[in-house]
Amino acid sequence: MEVINIKGTDDTPNVILDKASGQFELSGRSLPEDVNQFYESILDWIDAYAADPLDRTEFNFKLEYFNTASSKIILDILLKFEEIVEKGKEVIIKWHYHEDEEDMLEAGEEYSDIVEIPFDYIVYTD
Amino acid sequence: MEKEKQGFLDFAYQLYKTMKTNEISLVYEGEVTQEITKTFTSLTEKSLSKNAESNTVQKKVFNVMVECLQNISKHADSLTDEDEERRGIVMVSKGDDSYNIITGNIIKNERVQSLKDSLEHINSLDKAGLSTLFKQQIKESTFSDKGGAGLGLIDIAKKTGSKLIYQFKELNDQVSFFILTSTIKRN
Repeated sequence: MEVINIKGTDDTPNVILDKASGQFELSGRSLPEDVNQFYESILDWIDAYAADPLDRTEFNFKLEYFNTASSKIILDILLKFEEIVEKGKEVIIKWHYHEDEEDMLEAGEEYSDIVEIPFDYIVYTD
Repeated sequence: MEKEKQGFLDFAYQLYKTMKTNEISLVYEGEVTQEITKTFTSLTEKSLSKNAESNTVQKKVFNVMVECLQNISKHADSLTDEDEERRGIVMVSKGDDSYNIITGNIIKNERVQSLKDSLEHINSLDKAGLSTLFKQQIKESTFSDKGGAGLGLIDIAKKTGSKLIYQFKELNDQVSFFILTSTIKRN
């Protein structure tokens, strides 16, 4: 599969999707005006990946901030990985949050209430 | 003419004094775009970190500003149907124990009641209730092409832990002016 490697900006996140090296990461900030446009290729990639996933997928979310429009897309991404879990493959979400950022931890917990995927919460400092 | 100029100078001075007294760090009236949103949030971020405000408060202010501004850039109506611009006013003020983010924009009268209902519903909920509502909305929302209406307000209430303060001023039989104040407590 092709590798997606997008550098983050002020309002869009870093994205790494690399099946060969097993790297899956969304980090930085996500507050684009048009979330659908930004995430379209990413969702397409994940659809293709879900058709033939690795036995174990570890997805790192290390977001500093995301707007509510992005929060719906993040749920879409998680729901696609939930399908992979339903196929009997292992998926683990590594949800990183800054020690000062209770809100980011809570956001992760809310997602884990909605989707049936195990979450690992990882606290980081500066 | 001279008198008029003098009037503007007085006005500028009065405005300056009012801003100083109320510790208003930002006032804007005009079109609200993604560029404006990015500029204001980064200005506010810089001034907060200069004031050595805690990370938690900085993030919350940033967060609330983004949602307020994107609400205007996505949902504001105009005075007339021909006018496509999404305009609003934005104000950020610092009090002794909180930051206030005040935004205002035009809304069609026909949309006022449903917005009022949402605001009242949000204000009636506690933290756990807001979280439940957020999860429910995010699951159910088959987003309109505008994306995410309603979620922004729930998010603001959830992250500030304060009630949303709002007012509608009817301008004519077509439109009203909607003012929203979000309060972020320092500490």
